[in-house]
Amino acid sequence: MPRMGETVDSGTVNEWFKQVGDQVAEGEPLLEIGTDKVDTEVPAPASGTLAEIRVQEGETVPVATVLAVIKLQNGGVVSVITYREAAARGIAQEMRRDPDVIFLGEDIAAAGGVFKATVGLLEEFGPRRVIDTPISEQAILGAATGAAMTGLRPIAEIMFSDFFAVCWDLVANEMAKIRYMSDGQLTLPLVIRCANGAGVRFGAQHSQSVENWAMAVPGLKVVAPSNPRDVIGLLAAAVRDPDPVIFFEHKALYATKGEVPDSGEVTGELGRASVLRSGGDATILALAAMVPRAQAAAQRLSADHGIEATVIDVRSLVPLDTRTILGSVAETGRLFTVEENPRLCGWGAEIVSIVAEEAFGALSGPAIRITTPHIPLPAADRLEDHLLPSVDRITETVRKALD
Amino acid sequence: MPEVPQSVALELYRKMTEIRLFEKRAYDLFMQNLVKGTTHLGTGQEAIAAGVSQAMNDDDYTFTTYRGHNHVLARGTPMTPVMAELLGRENGLMHGKGGSMHLLDTSRGILGAYAIIGAQLVIANGSAFSARYRGTRQVTVTFLGDGATNIGAFHEALNFAAVYKLPVIFICENNKYMEYTPIGAVTAVPRPAADRAASYGLEPVVVDGNDVEAVYHTAAAAIGKARDGGGPSLIEALTYRHGGHSRADPGKYRPAEEVKEWLAKDPIPAYRAVLLSRGVDEAVLDGIDKSAREAVDKATEEAKAGPEPRIELAETNVWADGGHAWRN
Repeated sequence: MPRMGETVDSGTVNEWFKQVGDQVAEGEPLLEIGTDKVDTEVPAPASGTLAEIRVQEGETVPVATVLAVIKLQNGGVVSVITYREAAARGIAQEMRRDPDVIFLGEDIAAAGGVFKATVGLLEEFGPRRVIDTPISEQAILGAATGAAMTGLRPIAEIMFSDFFAVCWDLVANEMAKIRYMSDGQLTLPLVIRCANGAGVRFGAQHSQSVENWAMAVPGLKVVAPSNPRDVIGLLAAAVRDPDPVIFFEHKALYATKGEVPDSGEVTGELGRASVLRSGGDATILALAAMVPRAQAAAQRLSADHGIEATVIDVRSLVPLDTRTILGSVAETGRLFTVEENPRLCGWGAEIVSIVAEEAFGALSGPAIRITTPHIPLPAADRLEDHLLPSVDRITETVRKALD
Repeated sequence: MPEVPQSVALELYRKMTEIRLFEKRAYDLFMQNLVKGTTHLGTGQEAIAAGVSQAMNDDDYTFTTYRGHNHVLARGTPMTPVMAELLGRENGLMHGKGGSMHLLDTSRGILGAYAIIGAQLVIANGSAFSARYRGTRQVTVTFLGDGATNIGAFHEALNFAAVYKLPVIFICENNKYMEYTPIGAVTAVPRPAADRAASYGLEPVVVDGNDVEAVYHTAAAAIGKARDGGGPSLIEALTYRHGGHSRADPGKYRPAEEVKEWLAKDPIPAYRAVLLSRGVDEAVLDGIDKSAREAVDKATEEAKAGPEPRIELAETNVWADGGHAWRN
């Protein structure tokens, strides 16, 4: 069930336009959803056979409920789920697998998370393992740290990544360094999930992209998925990893959808970038919410300007898949990074520096960073949109550079 | 309070004596530039470390602060690796990678000394939570200075511990000075820990921190309560730092009369007098003193004889795989 408005938490299936067994094409109207505000046709998110309808006409269900399963043409059964559903599914998968996994944070249990990304976990795993905490970010991360050093594998949630600023001691001074300072006496298998990034008009204190804060501290692993499949896979990898992982979910992506295998474990690997599109003219690196923009820009560059770009979803900043990045730059000779963070010391700066040191000879022109300017983020739609890297800006920057 | 059995009494006396002599030696070595960086000594505060550790089980957890040599030694960590760590030698507790402010010995349940005020308090909640989750009945004890009662983490930690009734004991060593500033000058209440206890639904507990048996009984009661599911305690132990805050700080900001008054309340001679009055043979106590001196001498020699760390240790154990790679 897609979120039909910022204040809308549920929707009613008015009508299915297709029946189980029908072929559906991506983008073709699949059903009509009604809310107290509006009735809307919802397109099929993927092409294939409608395998299952889980919510019947007339039923009202919360946002993020799976409405239907589409079996893809290639045979595997997948569901199309939202990024926020993927977060809950990823946590649940790991909690089912390992009884030492616990989950704590503000409003994550009874309320299901302020972004509804943890719905159902309290019901399945109970208050012993899914713990609503006070608004005490230091206490949350302290508890996770102490639990991790004594045999548990905690997942802690910091509601907005901006709030790291009130508990950064635990992140930067404690969990990142305890293993090193003790020369390996202690190991800290823990994950901190947070909602990162802009695009939802929350203003300067709830919209930042702060991956580079974490990236600057030795002892932290840093990942930022761009799609539901990676949310589950990288979360699984993060929970199973023996070191502290800062897991940046993107709040503007929570309502986006993607295909995820319907059964079996979904797993992933830290430190592995994903090549989403191959082209010989340029390498475009992007992260999280910038990935779909980079992909759209690449399509436009191809269609309108005959420029074929490789698009790489970096996914994991620490460890960093420099092999994939350097390999692509060697083929294309041009590097562009699309970063949501403010300009100075963004992740792209480190990658550009690596490329300058190790692949300078492969470059046929300057490496170019496309970032948010070095400015706090404003709240108004028009102002925020102006600062964030847009499909237009990415397209134009690459086009001009390759002219 | 009841007298403790003589075996326990002698153990308390031994621990205090060893800690005192060890820290005196650490100070001397610092002045000789053999101990680098900084040190924060607990000279005068030994009764708290000794009394609390005596009340703990071997598998209980300790968290301490940068003024934590005493708490580590009191749990039974041998002197040599502690001294060697102070000297930056490979035979140090953490092979020279931690230093004076970051002692940690998992083999004795010491989950670390924390040098950012207050961090250990919130982390201690985690091991307490974990112990209860795993059903082990282990109790976590965390020390803090009076200065830590004015930092946010203290208040977050106390509320969190109380809400979840965690098996954790917070022991505030109130030595009257946050660093250089008198704690009373910067705290809204007269008793920096005890007067905050009610905010978290806890009883105010104040103990003479220079009376080792009083500390022992108070800690034992709190630890027993926590082990039986009775939740956290906050104990304020009144004591005094004989020296300055750190390094060569002579502590001249303290009134001479005050220093004199507290030196007269030195916990070690006081306890020696108690033991003698109970009929303990003075030769037994002298023997403990002598053994402690010899142990400190031996530890000093072994630490000095320890090699400097192999250079490759600088690059190990960032990650659990032992390495520090951040890229492929």
